[in-house]
Amino acid sequence: MIEMQDAAYGYGAEPLLSGLSMHLPPGSFHFLTGPSGAGKTTFLKLCYAELLPTCGSVSLFGHTATGLSRDGIADLRQRIGVVHQDCRFLDHLPLHENIALPLTVSAKGGLVQDANLAELVGWVGLSARANALPPELSGGERQRAALARAIIMDPDLILADEPTGNVDWEMSLRLLNLLVELNRLGKTVVIATHDLALIRAAKQKVQARVLRIQGGQIMAAGADL
Amino acid sequence: MSIRGNLLALVRGDGQADRVVPRSGQSARLTLATAAAMAFLAVFAMALSTASGRLADRWSDALAQSSTIRISAPAAEVEAQTWAVLTLLEQTPGVQSARALSDEDQQALLAPWFGPDLPLDDLPIPRLVEIVETPEGYDSDGLRQRLAAEAPGAVLDDHDRWRRPLAEAAGRLRLLGGLALVLILGATAAMVTLAAQSALSANEQVVRVMRLVGARDSYIASAFVRRFTIRALTGAGVGTLLGLLAVAMLPSARDTAALLTGLSFSGASWLWPLIIPPLAAATAFVATRVAAFRTLKGLK
Repeated sequence: MIEMQDAAYGYGAEPLLSGLSMHLPPGSFHFLTGPSGAGKTTFLKLCYAELLPTCGSVSLFGHTATGLSRDGIADLRQRIGVVHQDCRFLDHLPLHENIALPLTVSAKGGLVQDANLAELVGWVGLSARANALPPELSGGERQRAALARAIIMDPDLILADEPTGNVDWEMSLRLLNLLVELNRLGKTVVIATHDLALIRAAKQKVQARVLRIQGGQIMAAGADL
Repeated sequence: MSIRGNLLALVRGDGQADRVVPRSGQSARLTLATAAAMAFLAVFAMALSTASGRLADRWSDALAQSSTIRISAPAAEVEAQTWAVLTLLEQTPGVQSARALSDEDQQALLAPWFGPDLPLDDLPIPRLVEIVETPEGYDSDGLRQRLAAEAPGAVLDDHDRWRRPLAEAAGRLRLLGGLALVLILGATAAMVTLAAQSALSANEQVVRVMRLVGARDSYIASAFVRRFTIRALTGAGVGTLLGLLAVAMLPSARDTAALLTGLSFSGASWLWPLIIPPLAAATAFVATRVAAFRTLKGLK
């Protein structure tokens, strides 16, 4: 699904990440951890081609990221659901339209059906808030809405960047359960987090592989995780 | 999405896509006002162009078809020389017909300057002979030489001296009117481009989110293109209507027959300004599309 061969990326002269070689098989569940600024978000951005490697190669669904056209990248993103820490909503649209946005902008725009959308909004527990504007939502509600938007296209891969960063423990577990449920449906899940308690909680529910980014390199985490 | 696809989307409309980009009041007002003002000016440029075109055609036609012989001679010789001139003209190739103007005709010609009661008998007014030429025309130099020999008081005025520069000036005025239209379209395109770039910059976050969830550049561009095209069409429609009303209220050409008072449309040419709103919309369509794709290329 995603394969990196000696990939590297840097914002300046010094590479932030280098020598990235790894493979994310379909249906797997990965945690990505490491200190703040280690490059977790950069790694995820390489996974959905918002950033392209400065050397080495990143292959997404069999396509080399650097060889994709802008339309090719857009089409690829329809197969990837991304949950950002800051959610990134369109504040002028009500929640249900934000959740349906990937369908609206895709060739499948005509498939936005009220019943399916309502079911999805209900699945993340936001039925009562469907018509609210994003600024009116709490942190937890925004994260659940972002998750609903990420999966509305029935993507093969879900990338979540600190999805529990702004919510309490109870809401963190709720979001984790939703992601575990999606993994059981066959989706590949990658969660970037520095919340070790969340990782431990997840490992009781799902077989997850934990990767650690440190010093610009990616490696398997220690036995404590 | 191709240009054809963009055009189809433009005609069909997409309510959901329209809602994705928030309405920005400033760029909307700027586009509407610019399109209206430019269309208003375009109507006048078009009126100037068509009026000067009519004038140029009229003068050119007159230049090509008629000329005058002026006979200034002592009163006793006027009739004889007029007869000699008419006889000579009958034998001149290229002259279709010739006639001496009567006193009434000459009085009517002078009436606008001297009034209807001019005593022609008391004034040394030259006799005028009007010539209508065949399409091939006559040899004016040859005619002048024969007139000098047979009617020394006769002077050929083929109107060339004064009508040709006027016809040329009117023709250039028509070109200037066309050039003004092109400049107005160019200015409209520049203003719409600026407004579109401003709207795209103001909505950069929206565009980033759309890219993030898988929107193609053509989809994002079409949301802006459709909006700006409709604004330009609406603004230009209003401007054209106001321009037509203003032109219609100008004084009628029948009163004085001068260029400025004749700055209007006639007959079917009143339909010409109706091309301005679609032309403005097409300009906005192209300008916004180019601006949108250029801006989107800078975003990941």
